[in-house]
Parts: sequence; structure tokens; C-alpha cells
Amino acid sequence: MNAAIDNHWYPVAMISGIDAPRETLLLGKKISLGRDGGACWVKDATGTELPTVERFGHLWTSPGQPNRDLFTIPEADSPGRRLVDVGSVKVKCSPLRAVENFLDIAHFPFVHTDILGAEPHTEVDRYDVKIREEVDEVWATKVKFYQPQAAKSAAGGITTEYMYRVPAPTCSVLYKTCPPRPGEWDIITLFVQPLTDEWCEVWPWMALYDDDSTMSEMVSFQQLIFMQDRSILENQLPRKLPLDPGMEVPTQADMTSVAYRRWLKKIGYTYGAQLVAA
Amino acid sequence: MILYDYVLSASCYKVRLMAALLGTPLTLRAVNFHPGREHKSPEMLALNPKGTLPILTDGDTVLTDSADILRHLTADHPEWRSTDDDRWLAFASALNASLGLARLHDVIGYDADIDKARAAGVAALRTLEAHLTEQRFDGLIFLTGSKPTIADIACFPNIALAPDGGVSLDPYPSVRLWMRAIRSLPGFIEMPGIHRLHELAHPV
Repeated sequence: MNAAIDNHWYPVAMISGIDAPRETLLLGKKISLGRDGGACWVKDATGTELPTVERFGHLWTSPGQPNRDLFTIPEADSPGRRLVDVGSVKVKCSPLRAVENFLDIAHFPFVHTDILGAEPHTEVDRYDVKIREEVDEVWATKVKFYQPQAAKSAAGGITTEYMYRVPAPTCSVLYKTCPPRPGEWDIITLFVQPLTDEWCEVWPWMALYDDDSTMSEMVSFQQLIFMQDRSILENQLPRKLPLDPGMEVPTQADMTSVAYRRWLKKIGYTYGAQLVAA
Repeated sequence: MILYDYVLSASCYKVRLMAALLGTPLTLRAVNFHPGREHKSPEMLALNPKGTLPILTDGDTVLTDSADILRHLTADHPEWRSTDDDRWLAFASALNASLGLARLHDVIGYDADIDKARAAGVAALRTLEAHLTEQRFDGLIFLTGSKPTIADIACFPNIALAPDGGVSLDPYPSVRLWMRAIRSLPGFIEMPGIHRLHELAHPV
């Protein structure tokens, strides 16, 4: 038992995908989940029921005693948004590496070439990063980047503005310029289920304004992006995310990552992390 | 021509890549294979009772086998054909049950005897490495000669995506040179897991 790790909410299934009961892993331990009529349940290996929350199209649970409710995304409730269940992808990497990669902008031109970035537009301008103590979340704001095809709904290249939010150690929410509705934010999330400390199941979910694309096209777009990251994530070394400065030298563009690691260390979240300098 | 397409499918990518190399326009229809299982929907089963992807329609013609689709796309392109193609099209098709299955297991949780699938994949890679090494002794880089054919395009996706299924390509230098030659072809397009060659801003 480690309360700093166990007392968080974790995604374990897409609700629309639960048909028969099944087993999965959470923090290296077997759990089972299923649905009786309308309500979903999760049990640990001893058959004890674990707490559940159904939110953002996903089933969440906790092996501990969460001292607060699962975070909310009030913007996602506004009418007219299409809620996109993207499904899951398994990745052999630390869950914290998966979140950190989601927070990184500098890799766009090289990994998501001609979609989320393109050479020679590789510079990441200065942006603001803050650990918001009052809500205990990491936020990066005023992030701007040139993108050839920012979303399925984008007709051509635009400078996209981003806000990143880390409301829980293995979750990130991205607010991003909405091509068809300037003034609104598209919401793209990355919910990471830590199967073990070096293996995760990633459940992206989106709440978008897009009246033209089919649901299949929006799912395809997000799977395309995430699978471009997968092979990179599986090759990152050291395998666990170093929380202490060491061999890695961050640059200005890595401010969000630096804040994320600092915050993880502050709250004692060490699952998938290494504390001795690499 | 309309391709019913899934962005992460190695077999759909064969078709997209072949069309791109030929400069043949395709209309893509995204099918939510995962998690939606849309390829098993009544509409898709009406088009292809096997419930598989890719599906290519060209007027009244409906093709559901990727080797047949590659032949169809290159019907008027004899430079993309060789008398040795059939052997490699069969080899490519068999990769779906080895490297292809290992990848679906590791990425989206397909049921599989993963050790068996990977072992069969390694055996196929050794066969390919031996053949491509022989070819190199003769100064040839592609499977059937000095130029690529549908044989290369059919084999390339599942081979290049082997690491997605936990099978390393490090031990196969001839395979890697062959993949590089394919990635260098004019008009080459990538898919997730297969990166394009980045141009040097200042070539050395």
C-alpha cells in the first residue's frame, strides 16, 4: 500500500466497450470488471468491490480511498460537442512517459510530420507553466505552434493555441484551438491506465466541435496520431521517468515536463518513476 | 476507386502505399475497426461477407483481398510486376498470422498465442533476410530484382511494423536496407509506426 499512488482514480475501460466481464491489470495487480444492467463494477483479486466512477465515457476505479472526486472538465458538457470514444492502445512504457509525451510540443514536426507540425516550423515559443496549488494541478498556457493539419476539421495550416492541464498523475487534458469555432476550445484527453510501472493502456477521449467529419474519421485521426507516438515511447530510455535532474538536460521547450516531474515528486507519485539521478 | 480503410491496418496501408507510388487517386472511407468493430456492421458485411478490410471498389468491381487489389491497381503498370511476385504475395499473406497477429495482440489486445506468433514472425524474417542477402550478392536490392514490384509492397508493412508486436528488426541488416530502399521511393507515404526519411536541410 502506498496512499500517494493508490488513492487516485484510474481509467480501466471504455463504458461502451464493456460487454462480458473481463480481467485487466491496475498498478501491477489483477482486477476484474463488468456491468450488471446499467451499473459497472470493479473488483480486486480477492473479490472485494472497488469504488467506481463513470465519467467521460470511461469507467474509473481506485485501489485505495480517493480523498477527492475524480476531476471534471466542465467545458466538455457544453452542447454541440461530439464525444469521441477513441478506444485503447497498449504501450510498453512507463505511464508517466505516456503523459509526458502528450505534454510535449517540440516533437510534433518530427513525429507527426505534416499533421501537427512541419519543418522548418520547429521553434517552440515561450509559454507559461504553473503548478496551481489551490487545485493541485499542473497547467501550461499560451502555448502556440504552427500546425499543417491541427485537427480532422482543419482545412489548412494554422497557428494553434494550446493549454495543457494535468489534473491527475496519469491523466492529461489538452485544450486546443477549434478550427471551425474560433473562440472555443477543442478538448482532447489522454487517460492512462498503469498496467504495470512499464506497461500501460492508453484511453484517449475527445469532446470536439466538428459537424463535418464522421465519427470513424475522428477516431482514425486520433489513433493515427497516438500510434505515431507509440514506437517512440517504447524506445525511450531510461524506461522509468527520472524525477531528479541527471543525464537529461531540459530546454526551454520542456518547461511543462519539468513542472510535471517536479509536481509528481512533490505529491510522492513514484509509480513508473525513478528517483535516483540517471 | 474507393478504399474502405482502417488507418492502423497493415493490409490497408499496402493499398494506400501502392496507390501513392503509382500516383493513383483513392477515395478513402474511414472504417472504425477498433474500437467500433464497424467492419462487422451490416453495411460492411453486405459489401464483404468475410468482414475484413481492406475493401476496394472500382465501379461494380469489389475486391477484398489485398493481393488482388495490388494486382488490380497495377493492371496497366507492368513495371510493377514480376513473374516471381506470386511466391512473395503468399509469403506476405502468411505474415498476417505471425508478425501481424503479434502486433494486434500487443497494440489492441487481440487474443493470440503470442510466443508462437512471434516465433513464426522471426522464422519469416530469417527467410526474408536470407533471400535479400542473396539478392544483394547479385547487386539487387528488391525482392524480385533491381526494381520494386507488388511483391515488395505486399511484404513491407507487416515487416516494417514488426517492432509494434515486440519483434526487433535489429538482427536483419539486409531487411533494413530493403526497407530503406522502399522508404526512399518517390511518392512514398508513411503510416503510424513507419516513419518517413527526413530530408536533411543541408545535405552533406
